[in-house]
Amino acid sequence: MSDLLRRAWTVARKDLMLEFRTRTALLSAVVFTALVLTVFNFGRDPTAVAPLDLAPSILWVTFTFAAMVALNRAFQLELENQALEGLLVSPLSRYSLYWGKLVANLVFVAVVEAVGLPLFVLFFDVPVGRVVLPLCGVIALATLGFVTVGTLFSAMVIRTRFAELMLPVLLLPFLIPPLVLAVLATAKLLSARPLSDSAGYLKLLAAYDIVFLVAATFLFRFTVDE
Amino acid sequence: MSLARKGRSIMLTGLALLALVYVRALAFTPVERFQGPAQKIFYLHVPAAWSAMLAMGLVGLCSILFLVTKDLRFDRFAGASAEVGTAFSLVMLTTGPIWAKPIWGTWWTWDARLTLTLFLFFLFIGYLLLRGAVGDPGLRARYSAVLGICGLLLLPFIHLSVYLFRTLHPQPIILKPSSPSLPGSMLATLLFSFAVFTLLYVGFVTQRYALSLERESEVENA
Repeated sequence: MSDLLRRAWTVARKDLMLEFRTRTALLSAVVFTALVLTVFNFGRDPTAVAPLDLAPSILWVTFTFAAMVALNRAFQLELENQALEGLLVSPLSRYSLYWGKLVANLVFVAVVEAVGLPLFVLFFDVPVGRVVLPLCGVIALATLGFVTVGTLFSAMVIRTRFAELMLPVLLLPFLIPPLVLAVLATAKLLSARPLSDSAGYLKLLAAYDIVFLVAATFLFRFTVDE
Repeated sequence: MSLARKGRSIMLTGLALLALVYVRALAFTPVERFQGPAQKIFYLHVPAAWSAMLAMGLVGLCSILFLVTKDLRFDRFAGASAEVGTAFSLVMLTTGPIWAKPIWGTWWTWDARLTLTLFLFFLFIGYLLLRGAVGDPGLRARYSAVLGICGLLLLPFIHLSVYLFRTLHPQPIILKPSSPSLPGSMLATLLFSFAVFTLLYVGFVTQRYALSLERESEVENA
């Protein structure tokens, strides 16, 4: 087990090092997130709809798109110079490979969200002061859900035609349950309800994460092996 | 008799019986007291929904069996089942609003079961798009099996997460813990229609399966 995690970390570190050295993808994803938030500002009538009513939807639609953009590149970089074949012939279990990719994607999306959240607070004047910790918990749970399925699918779509279009079409239905639950929990938090009010949503969200984490861990090898 | 002809004769039988469903539903089944004639669509809508769910269930089951056995027959069957399921879910999604407009006063609402069936349709479409986007048959079989299994896991979550909003859809009347609360003659029509739709499913899938077999042998010969 510790061996598995250590190898997974090796994969994740390789990806993250590439990411932080080139920075192009990360920077583009951050800018994209800021732009989506801006688009939302102009996509509503500020005199008719209070920002707070729309805030949970804005936050989660933005994060869903950001995750999608991030996941599209997850295996893209392994296509160059047949890097994926290199990974597959190395003495690395498929579980480690999946978990490594998962961790790298989680960090990538987390960085984007870490920039996106303050921008969201700034742009829409949302009072998150007292709920910032539980809100981060909700974001972590939902992001884990997005990325577990997304990592599995992004390994599949790179070898299909129209990969950039195929990922959103396949992935979006799978992001609906975490999206619905995260929006409900966020709305409760932002209207100053106690965390216990959202316990049901969070449990279902955690169940989603566990089910798809287990399923993806076992299904991943069918997407890369020959 | 070849598989394709078998499929065709099953389908033709199914279509002939479907005409009988129409006759029985319209002429020999009482009109529901509150909903009036609009309720008649129920005898098509519910069996179509059943066939679509059956199709998805079998796609998921065959996906698991394919990954375990690596037998391409399961993949072929899953592909055929998804195509037929798309057609049935389209029937379900068109008959539903036709009924909903006079009864609920709206064509569409984001109720739990409506959302579920809409996503069932999206899943079928995504599944077929994925199959079309992968050239290599072995790769296509594995990818679509992975998606099929994930889809089967997804549906309960969609249902549960949307169920947290109040639901507007009529409550279950047949499959519920107490005995069915449908009058005998209506129940008979419905069960007859269920049988016909299942037969149609079998007929369509057999034909699609035979077609994909023919296509494969053509590719091999070429």
